[in-house]
Amino acid sequence: MSKKTDQNKLQDTPYSLGHTDEVEYEYQSPTGLDEDLIRKMSAMKKEPEWMLDRRLKALQIYEGMAMPTWGGDLSPIHGEEIHYYTRPKMDQAKSWDEVPDAIKKTFEKIGVPEAEREMLAGVKGQYDSEVIYGSLKRNLAEKGIVFLSMDEGLKQYPELVMEYFGKVVPIGDNKLAALNSAVWSGGSFVYVPKNVDVGLPLQAYFRINTESAGQFERTLIIADEGSRVHYIEGCSAPSFSSASLHSAVVEIFVKKGARVQYSTVQNWFKNVYNLVTKRAWVEENAEMKWVDGNLGSKLTMKYPSCILAGRKAHGELLSIAWAGAGQHQDTGAKMIHLAPETTSLIVSKSVSKGGGRATYRGMVQMVPGAYGSRSKVVCDALILDELSRSDTYPTNKIMENDVILEHEATVSRVSEEQLLYLQSRGINADEASTMIVNGFMEPVVKEIPLEYAVEMNRLVGLEMVGSVG
Amino acid sequence: MLKIKNLLVKVENKEILKGINLEIGKGEVMALMGPNGSGKSSLANTLIGNPIYEVTEGEIFFEGNNLLEMKPEERARLGIMMAFQYPTSIPGVTIREMLLAVLRAKGLTVSALDLKKQIAEEAEKLKVDPTLLNRNLNEGFSGGEKKKMEILQMRVLKPKLLVLDEVDSGLDIDALSLIAENVSEMVKEIKMSVLVITHYQRLLKYLVPDKVIVLKNGEVVDRGSKEVVDNLEKEGYKIYE
Repeated sequence: MSKKTDQNKLQDTPYSLGHTDEVEYEYQSPTGLDEDLIRKMSAMKKEPEWMLDRRLKALQIYEGMAMPTWGGDLSPIHGEEIHYYTRPKMDQAKSWDEVPDAIKKTFEKIGVPEAEREMLAGVKGQYDSEVIYGSLKRNLAEKGIVFLSMDEGLKQYPELVMEYFGKVVPIGDNKLAALNSAVWSGGSFVYVPKNVDVGLPLQAYFRINTESAGQFERTLIIADEGSRVHYIEGCSAPSFSSASLHSAVVEIFVKKGARVQYSTVQNWFKNVYNLVTKRAWVEENAEMKWVDGNLGSKLTMKYPSCILAGRKAHGELLSIAWAGAGQHQDTGAKMIHLAPETTSLIVSKSVSKGGGRATYRGMVQMVPGAYGSRSKVVCDALILDELSRSDTYPTNKIMENDVILEHEATVSRVSEEQLLYLQSRGINADEASTMIVNGFMEPVVKEIPLEYAVEMNRLVGLEMVGSVG
Repeated sequence: MLKIKNLLVKVENKEILKGINLEIGKGEVMALMGPNGSGKSSLANTLIGNPIYEVTEGEIFFEGNNLLEMKPEERARLGIMMAFQYPTSIPGVTIREMLLAVLRAKGLTVSALDLKKQIAEEAEKLKVDPTLLNRNLNEGFSGGEKKKMEILQMRVLKPKLLVLDEVDSGLDIDALSLIAENVSEMVKEIKMSVLVITHYQRLLKYLVPDKVIVLKNGEVVDRGSKEVVDNLEKEGYKIYE
């Protein structure tokens, strides 16, 4: 009881996903991380020897690296207090009927009701360490599309996993990527064959359901030449009083002429540390688009990247960060132009309020020979009160002359003029400011699926109540 | 309908309206004239409740409601609407979204589809480029387009009192007569009252006032009917010096 009250204080607006679902667990590792745990996990998952070797190597690298000292404050993360592996007691349900009622309800709450699920090509749900529900429309499976949990992917397509796993995010890329490579569990494995258009989006939903559980999912998407796919992920967690760690790695291969969109709406509870490495390898004439909505978490450090490796490859990141009381959203993008005539676009929008802190941290790199390339970076920050903060750290490494780089940055407040205009039409002050903030976010929000967009707009409405004096 | 009594207004401690009295009846058109800086726009802004303007004395009543105790949105819901001289842009919000929110804030049940249709029809009458309806309100619009969007809002919201703040600035003659025509039509159709603020006489040829008031340095220096305008046209504001 008292716990619940405390948690409500932590969240200044109601958090509709703060309940714990009644899920039975088969196994939870003791807190802390060592070689024995990795061996045990790998054995429980019946993994091939080479994966265990990679995990152990990653553990070694992880232990030898220091935590990043830039970005946000990582000192409250105590590795020895985290349960690194928490396995729900159920096999992956193949049909909706097999999913326990409690979990169904959570799906409804995050705005994925039955009707909406019909609009998806496939769905995955992961609780803590394992994927517990998965489906893929039959006609898509017949076209050769693969949408599996990463663990299942490793079992069924070991040669593909061996080839691509850790290729664009090497195990020693950064300390948190090394941690993920050592203890990864769950996540998605997607393969789209040549010239196949998946059409409807694939959706994954990640939930940390157990107190002090870490979630370390690993996602690998391979879009073969000329294919198209849109992958959506949503994240939430119950209102626990102790901090949780979510540290995912996402690797995407966009082959020649393929197009991939990866949309994320993370609405973690405000004590989750969300430290994620996402990177795409983009070949000739291919296109990678990251759409990234960061609403929840205590601290997010995430910089989705595109390595534009082939001529005319295009990379894009559209992001919106909401930094409310006690939150730090340290987000951005990296665009690495390795080939001629490659193009990239970064649109980063942030709203900070009630002492929240939003940081844009990004890099555009153009190597010698990436002639005719072009990049545009737009950073817009909306600061809603004196307590809040926004910083921009753009880095450009341009080693080629024949390129164009544009950078625009704005910092604004909700203007009195706009408020008066809407009020003078009959809209009250709270609603007017909600409208202005949603309007500011609109260019990014319109790129995300409707159910998430509605949820984001609703959240802004809740946050804005009483914010205008 | 609108009664203003002995209105004193300050902005940043500077007195800018020094005891204004005026009355507008239902279906009446009143022209508020005066040279630059005479307090015309200040009066309009005070009327809609712009918080920058501090009322130190006097009363404003609209259909028996004490406006000075009401927020801007409450005044709007009574049926007061200002067509702004420089309408601000609202990024990420189309005119449709805004009007839907406005009508719903008034407690009306509106179908988004019906409203869309109505807005499209009004836009056509006002010769508004239909692509503007899908764009962020007023963002990158020309001066004339912004003014037409204000009039379009008037057509949909049907206010009881319209305040036209310098609508003639930066408009060509065709746009001006079109706007005046639309306003006159509303006066006839729904007996809308109008407070038309203008520096020039041009607009008043198309929108003929029942009453005229002339302000200078925050005070009323002349009042009467249409002949005040004719006189001003001949003599200019120097007659009040």
